[in-house]
Amino acid sequence: MHKSIVNDQKSLIKIRDLHFSHGNRKIFNGVNIDIPKGKVTAIMGPSGTGKTTLLKLIGGQLRPTRGSVEVDGLNVHKLSRTGLYKLRMRMGMLFQSGALLTDLTVYDNVAYPLREHTNLPESMIRRLVLMKLEAVGLRGARELMPSELSGGMARRVALARAIALDPMMVMYDEPFTGQDPISMGVLSQLVRRLNDAARLTSMLVSHDVEETAGISDLIYVLSGGKVIESGTPEELGVSDSPAVRQFMGGLPDGPVGFHYSAPSLTEDLLSMRGAK
Amino acid sequence: MNTRGLEITVGAFMAAGLVALFFLAMQVSNLASITGGEGYQVTARFDNIGGLKVRSPVSMAGVRIGRVVDISYDQSSFEAVVLLSIDPAYSQIPDDSIAKIYTSGLLGEQYIGLDPGGSLESLQQGSEVMMTQSALVLEEIIGQFLFSKAEENAISEEPIGE
Amino acid sequence: MLDALARFGRMGLEAFERLGRGHLLLLQILAGISSLLTRLGLLIAQIHSIGVRTTTIIVVSGLFVGMVLGLQGYYVLSQFAAEDSLGVMVAASLVRELGPVVTALLFAGRAGSALTAEIGLMKATEQLSGLEMMAVDPIRRILSPRFYAGFLSMPLLAALFSAVGIIGGYFVSVGLLGVDEGAFWSQMQAKIDWNEDVINGVIKSLVFGFVCSWIALFQGYDAIPTSAGVSQATTRTVVHSALAVLVLDFVLTALMFGE
Repeated sequence: MHKSIVNDQKSLIKIRDLHFSHGNRKIFNGVNIDIPKGKVTAIMGPSGTGKTTLLKLIGGQLRPTRGSVEVDGLNVHKLSRTGLYKLRMRMGMLFQSGALLTDLTVYDNVAYPLREHTNLPESMIRRLVLMKLEAVGLRGARELMPSELSGGMARRVALARAIALDPMMVMYDEPFTGQDPISMGVLSQLVRRLNDAARLTSMLVSHDVEETAGISDLIYVLSGGKVIESGTPEELGVSDSPAVRQFMGGLPDGPVGFHYSAPSLTEDLLSMRGAK
Repeated sequence: MNTRGLEITVGAFMAAGLVALFFLAMQVSNLASITGGEGYQVTARFDNIGGLKVRSPVSMAGVRIGRVVDISYDQSSFEAVVLLSIDPAYSQIPDDSIAKIYTSGLLGEQYIGLDPGGSLESLQQGSEVMMTQSALVLEEIIGQFLFSKAEENAISEEPIGE
Repeated sequence: MLDALARFGRMGLEAFERLGRGHLLLLQILAGISSLLTRLGLLIAQIHSIGVRTTTIIVVSGLFVGMVLGLQGYYVLSQFAAEDSLGVMVAASLVRELGPVVTALLFAGRAGSALTAEIGLMKATEQLSGLEMMAVDPIRRILSPRFYAGFLSMPLLAALFSAVGIIGGYFVSVGLLGVDEGAFWSQMQAKIDWNEDVINGVIKSLVFGFVCSWIALFQGYDAIPTSAGVSQATTRTVVHSALAVLVLDFVLTALMFGE
């Protein structure tokens, strides 16, 4: 299986026996994931399996109830505040909404991390910002405000911002959701190109099977708080696990039920409490 | 973003706030008349202080020279003991001056007026004003009011020591 | 019955939890002053959006409150032939009470609600998370400057309110009602004490600035990140701030002017 890929290269992120609950709801129940250096790795799974939560755990914004997350040899949740912030400067993250600062122009948004974390002169910052914007094809949009951008453009600006500090890795949270086919194609090509050109490590979280499979080197499928399958897109395509097949094939019902867990319909209709 | 314009408006805002505080200090409150810290303190005993309060003014010839800083009751002599703080600039007050409690206007607050005596010694820190005259009781004020009703306007003038 | 009791208990526990989160946030906000001192530009920008933009409503309200005080005061005082005390009345009510309190209420409505909405929306649109992932602490970078700007703006706004109000009272009493100008000012100066009245008013407005900014920022930061959540948080900011200001005003007045 995929063991070959993981063992050949050193892995940048090592997740071991990760447990996490949100209130009473168990989200992760012993997850093990390795993200190899220099590759595009996708974490896939149906909505609500905690894919975004996983990114927040890696970024140190949430703490696991058990287990460890190691990034570049550092245990994220044992780092001091300063240590964590130093690590985050080497991680880029692209949020689903883009998370651009709405009161700054595109240019200032991309310049923001540079101005916060470096003492570069403004002329140098300008050069870097224009280069990053050029990489995502939006150098001409630098004077626009985030409210004037389309969703796909906002994500590309956010991507330029995420790579402003030349991080070692970029995490993408649902980069393709809600995009038209063209901007979906633009984004997926961008992810792949940036990864190879800038020697990044990319990790993307998505439920968009086709686009993701098209650019990933390695895919993990999450379901029910566990990794149910992992491997290259080709390997997953021929997997005989019913859950994987349901997900990759987009079948409505299977191991992942169509219904949210509930008492039986008859029981619910007859009970008076439902009417209250 | 226009940083300079921002700084200018913020500067104007803060200046306006400080000018307002300055206005409250000099034009509205008594800060202008408080000179150089606390003055020297003298005591005076009264049979009845009426409505005198801490912070009531102490004046001579209508000029404010200090204020009441403490009022207590002496259980052995059944008198009110009033502590006055007098501005150090007024250091030549004869020690046989008479302290009287006046009322400014009909319903105004009460204050202490010092009428100068003829002694060559001056009041000092810790001395006591020996001669005092108590506050007028309400009935007497009403009597005075009826008496002077013809000149209503006189009430509104600054009556201190006049 | 027991259900109701349990609900009541849960409400109490949740309130305590919120209170705890609020205090933790306050500590982090206060600690942000160290990094703020090296970047005064952030503070200036926030004083602009919090203080300067509130000035108009403060000045206009102050003017009218002072003018109304002049009219109403004249009506009462003239019955006792004590019109000359009008200046004292106007100034004392403004400097001691109305200045700090009305300013704080207007501040909560104008600046506080805007702060909550801004922070709440930044949370809802993942901007705060985004900052965190850019290794920028949103509490230090976003909340602290807003807090200190509110805290510093409030006394200035309250002083403006009182000063403008007294001038408004002056126009009405001296200009319109014919109160003697000399008596208006001299009685005021004789009765209004710098330490007892003006400084106490400033202390009140500092306390109100602290509390109103804190409530506004906490409600925004703690808001449920949806449009309904942010709008609820904004309402809560105005309601909680108004209640806090009025209750604290009573406590402070009792401490300062009580005998």
